Amino acid sequence: MNPAVTAIRTGWTRGLIELRQSFTNGADLLNHLLWPVLMLIVTFFLRDVEFGSTGLPLGTLALPSILGMNVAAVMVSMSQHLTADREDGTLLRAKATPHGVRGYLVGKVVALSGGLLADLAIFLIPGLFIIGGLAAASAGSWLTLAWVLVLGVVAALPIGAVLGSVFTGTRSQGLLQLPILGMIGISGIFYPITSLPEWLQAIAQVFPFYWLGLGMRSALLPDAAAGIEIGASWRHLETAGVLAAWAVLGLILAPIVLRRMARRESGSRVAERRERALQRIG
Amino acid sequence: MTTSKEIVLDVEGLRMRYGPDDVLHDVTFRAYHGEVLALLGPNGAGKTTTIEILEGFRTRSAGRVQVLGADPAHGDERWRARLGIVLQSWRDHGRWRVRELLDHLGAYYAPYATEAIPRPWPADDLIRAVGLTAHADKKIRTLSGGQRRRLDVAIGLVGRPELLFLDEPTANFDPQARHEFHDLVRGLTDSHRITIMLTTHDLDEAEKLADRIVILNGGRIIADGSAGELARRIAGEDRVRWVCDGRRFTHSTAESTAFVRGLFDRYGEALGELEVHRASLEDTYLTLVRQAESGRGVMTR
Repeated sequence: MNPAVTAIRTGWTRGLIELRQSFTNGADLLNHLLWPVLMLIVTFFLRDVEFGSTGLPLGTLALPSILGMNVAAVMVSMSQHLTADREDGTLLRAKATPHGVRGYLVGKVVALSGGLLADLAIFLIPGLFIIGGLAAASAGSWLTLAWVLVLGVVAALPIGAVLGSVFTGTRSQGLLQLPILGMIGISGIFYPITSLPEWLQAIAQVFPFYWLGLGMRSALLPDAAAGIEIGASWRHLETAGVLAAWAVLGLILAPIVLRRMARRESGSRVAERRERALQRIG
Repeated sequence: MTTSKEIVLDVEGLRMRYGPDDVLHDVTFRAYHGEVLALLGPNGAGKTTTIEILEGFRTRSAGRVQVLGADPAHGDERWRARLGIVLQSWRDHGRWRVRELLDHLGAYYAPYATEAIPRPWPADDLIRAVGLTAHADKKIRTLSGGQRRRLDVAIGLVGRPELLFLDEPTANFDPQARHEFHDLVRGLTDSHRITIMLTTHDLDEAEKLADRIVILNGGRIIADGSAGELARRIAGEDRVRWVCDGRRFTHSTAESTAFVRGLFDRYGEALGELEVHRASLEDTYLTLVRQAESGRGVMTR
C-alpha cells in the first residue's frame, strides 16, 4: 500500500473521529447549537419586517445570507484550529509521523466540512419552517445551493489555512476576528448590500462573504428577489468566478505557507509557546 | 541475534549558532545499534538543540550528521517511519482516547512494515507494555502526568522505531513514577533491538539507563564513555578521613588503598574513626562540569 494513500485514508478516519468528538463534547456542542439558534431567533423577529418596496421580509432575505456567511466562516474555524493545534503540539505530532501532516490536513478538511454541513442543516431545516417565501422546493435550488456550498468550502478552507499559518498565537487570532466581523457587516448578510454606499459595495465584492451570501440567496429566494441585488441579477457567473479565484489563490498559497510553518515546528517552539500561554493566564 | 556494530547516530563537528552566539561547538559522538546513549548535562547545555537537530526538527549551522544513514535535514517519510520521538512536553490530542489515538497514529506506519519489523505495534499490546491497560478507554486529558508520559512513550514506539529519542523523559516525575519509567525503558532494551538516545540532567538516570554517557556542557562535549569509564577517567579522588591523637584529618587521593596502608604503618594503634569515601560518578560529573565552567582542562577523548 502506498504510504501517501494510506495517510489520506487515515486522515479521513481522523476527520470522522474529530467530527464525532465535536458532537459529543459539551463546549463544542454548545458552539454547534448556539449560533444557529441565535440566528434563527434573529430571522424569526425579522420575518415580518418588509424591506422597502420589494414586499420581501428581511427574515426571508437574511436566512440564505446567513447560510452563506456560515460557509465563509469555516475559514475562521480552519485558522483557529491550526493555531490551537500548533500551540498544543498536535501539528508537531503530525510532523513526527510519516505523512502525518498530510493525514492531519485531510482530517481537518473532513472534520470542518462535516461540521459545517451539520451546522447548515441545524440552521436551515428549522429555518424553512419558520420563514415563509423560500423557493427551496425545486431541484434547481438545491443544485445551486450545492455548487455554491462546494465552491465556497474549497475557497474558504485554504484561505483559513493561510491565515492560521500566518497569524500565530491565540491573541492574533482574536485580532483577526475584527476585520472578519467588519466584512460580514458590509457583505449584505443582514441587510441588502444595495443600501450601502457604492465604495463599500466595491470592497465587499472582493471577498467571498458577499458572494456566498448572494449564491445562497439565488438558490433559496424566488427569482423576483434578484431585483434588490447589484445589477438586479443573481450574477452566477461572477459568483463562480470570484469564488474560484479565491480557491485557486488559496490552493496555491496554502501548501507553501503550510510547509513553511510545519518546517519551523519543533519541541522547543511548542514549549516556548506554552510558557507564553501560561504567563498570559497567570 | 546478531551483535553488529552498526552505527545508528553519527555526529561530527556539529555546530549551532543563534545570532551571534554558538550554542553547540564542534559536537562529535556516535551511537551504535542496540545501545542506550545518554546525553547528560546541566540545563542550557544544548541537549535539546542537539536532539532536535537529530530528529530533523532544526537545521544545524555546520557539521556532519547521519541518523540511520540519512541526513536528518533531508530525511524523507520512509526515514521518519524508522524513528520514534518523545518530546519534553506533549499536551496534544486531549480529547482523544488512549487506544483510539494509538490505533490512529499506528495506521500511518502500516505501509512501512518489513519482514523483520511488523508495523505498527498493535495498540493493545503496546498499552499493556507501558502499563496503561486500565486507562485504554480514558480521554487523554484526564490522565495523570506520569500516565501521559507513558502514553507519549507508547506513541513514540507505535511504529516500532529502530531509533527512539527521549528528551528529558522523567522531568517532574515523583520517585515512584521515575522508577517505573526506568523499568519500562530497560524492558524495551532487553526485549527489543532498539537504539535509544535520551537527554537528561539527572546523572542517576543516565547511570541507570545508559550504556554510554556523553556529557554536554556549555555546548561542548566534555566527556564520553560508560559510567565506569567516566568514573575511572577522572581518576576519582577518594576521600580519606581519620582521627589521630584527638585531631581530625581529611585527605584526597586517587590511591586510597595504598594511602590507608601508609596510615596504618605510621600511626598503628593511634589511628581511629577511619573512613574511605570512594569517588562516585556524581563527583566525577560535578568535577567535569566545574572544570569546564571555570574554562580550564576541557576534557577531550
